[in-house]
Amino acid sequence: MLEVKGLSKSFGGFLAVNKATLEVRKGEIVAVIGPNGAGKTTLFNLVTGILKPDEGQVLFKGEEITGLPAYKTCKKGITRSFQVVNIFSRLTVFENVRISVLSQQGKTYHWFKPSREFVNEETSEILKSVGLINRKYNVCGALSHGDQKVLEIAIALAGKPELLILDEPTAGMSPEETARCIDLIKQLSQSLGLTILFCEHDMELVFAIAQEIMVMVRGSTIAQGPPDEVRRNQQVQDAYLGGDEGC
Amino acid sequence: MGGKKSIIPLLLVAILLVFLPFSLPRFYTYLISLIVTMGLLSTSLNFALGYGGIYQLHHGVFYGTGAYAAAVMIAKLGYNPWFAFIIGPLVAAALSLVMGIICIRLSKLYFGMLQISLGSLVWAIVYRWYGFTGGDDGIHGISVPSMIGSTKGAYYFTMIVAGLAMFFMYRILHSPFGSTLQGIRDNAVRSQAIGVNVRRHQLTALVMAGFFAGVAGVLFVVVDNSVFPNMLFWTLSLEITIMALLGGWFTFLGPMLGAAIIVLLRTFVSTVTEYWTFALGILLMLVILFLPEGVLGKVFEIWKRRTSAEIRG
Repeated sequence: MLEVKGLSKSFGGFLAVNKATLEVRKGEIVAVIGPNGAGKTTLFNLVTGILKPDEGQVLFKGEEITGLPAYKTCKKGITRSFQVVNIFSRLTVFENVRISVLSQQGKTYHWFKPSREFVNEETSEILKSVGLINRKYNVCGALSHGDQKVLEIAIALAGKPELLILDEPTAGMSPEETARCIDLIKQLSQSLGLTILFCEHDMELVFAIAQEIMVMVRGSTIAQGPPDEVRRNQQVQDAYLGGDEGC
Repeated sequence: MGGKKSIIPLLLVAILLVFLPFSLPRFYTYLISLIVTMGLLSTSLNFALGYGGIYQLHHGVFYGTGAYAAAVMIAKLGYNPWFAFIIGPLVAAALSLVMGIICIRLSKLYFGMLQISLGSLVWAIVYRWYGFTGGDDGIHGISVPSMIGSTKGAYYFTMIVAGLAMFFMYRILHSPFGSTLQGIRDNAVRSQAIGVNVRRHQLTALVMAGFFAGVAGVLFVVVDNSVFPNMLFWTLSLEITIMALLGGWFTFLGPMLGAAIIVLLRTFVSTVTEYWTFALGILLMLVILFLPEGVLGKVFEIWKRRTSAEIRG
């Protein structure tokens, strides 16, 4: 479904992503792992069009989307959450998700009828599916960190993606929140049949839910395969996992 | 604002405004027209600045352009005034589109700086082009239809047109377009990632804001029967920005309140001392220190705290 070939991006001489490759098949949960500064977030920014790559190709469903601006990759069916919580902080939880639904339905240029008359059902539906419906009137700046991360996912879901990209979905979450988040990701994959690509520091989480793992070190892909295979890979062990730790 | 509760006070204010000219001296009628005109202008600025998060630092240009377009059409080209009143705001919107296309590529403050330079260019043209714009003298004694020629007539025309413009801006800001605009203000990157074409939405907002500034410009022509280059000078843009900040730039009626405070201050303090800006400076410092969200912003905050205390009860 998603194919990344030889993708590179440098920032003023620093090669953040260096000829990275990645393949994501439909319906899979794929994890990208790698030490801090390996270029995982940059890779996601390149795929979703937040940044423009210097070279390489991104193919989505066989179609070239390299360098398309973010709002266009979203319309193609790729939506994402952000590592640093990235929501509309002055608006309520409900309004946050509503904007995303409005955008998905191409209704952001309606200029006379009040917003509150639009897409209420769809918005409620999404908030129910992620378990935030009870908080819908809260201003989202006042939510707990864990709930804000879940809201991030809800906003991304509202874009009706085929491929959902999650950038460290559980970063900064408490153990209970992390468990809830894992359940949520699994459920999204199973009930909606979503293809999910995520990156994560938490090894437990990665090996618990990923069907395929890509390992990135210093901007380059060093391995991609099923968890067992990646775990056995000597190169990966040397570079990242360090013996039997983290499994 | 919003909700059924606010309709009653609005209705009372409307009735009061209808009867005011009968009990007030002419000067005050003129002053209220002026306040509402400046308030509309400041609201249109806040449309882009407070709700859109766009650094519209030289909004006065669109006000002046709307006014000059109407004035030149009437006084120099001999068009029907009603027709000129419609074209004025459209010219302002067109200028806003052109300047917007040039500036929108830059972010935040750089947008504002480039806008100030381009705006000053427009000002310089108006200031120098004696034959067409009257140069630094401006154009005076512009004849408007007799129906709205008197102070009272101009007053009612201003109230109706400004009321309509405010109504439309309110509706726009609470529509999906307005919600999206506020989303962009809070987080442009996130907006992009949910599929919003950020620049196109901002540009649309700028054109709308320019249009309503042009409407305010036309109202000034009706109220004052004159135009002058200072209407496009950057100090005026600063003044209406202060109005918005003072009144409360995350509230819809804040800029209108700010306009009332500043116009009244200028009118009455300047009869006592020519250093009226001194009083303004002190007032502004107090606001920045104690009411960073503006007067109306503070009122809402207190009101919200009260009602949530009641709920907790």
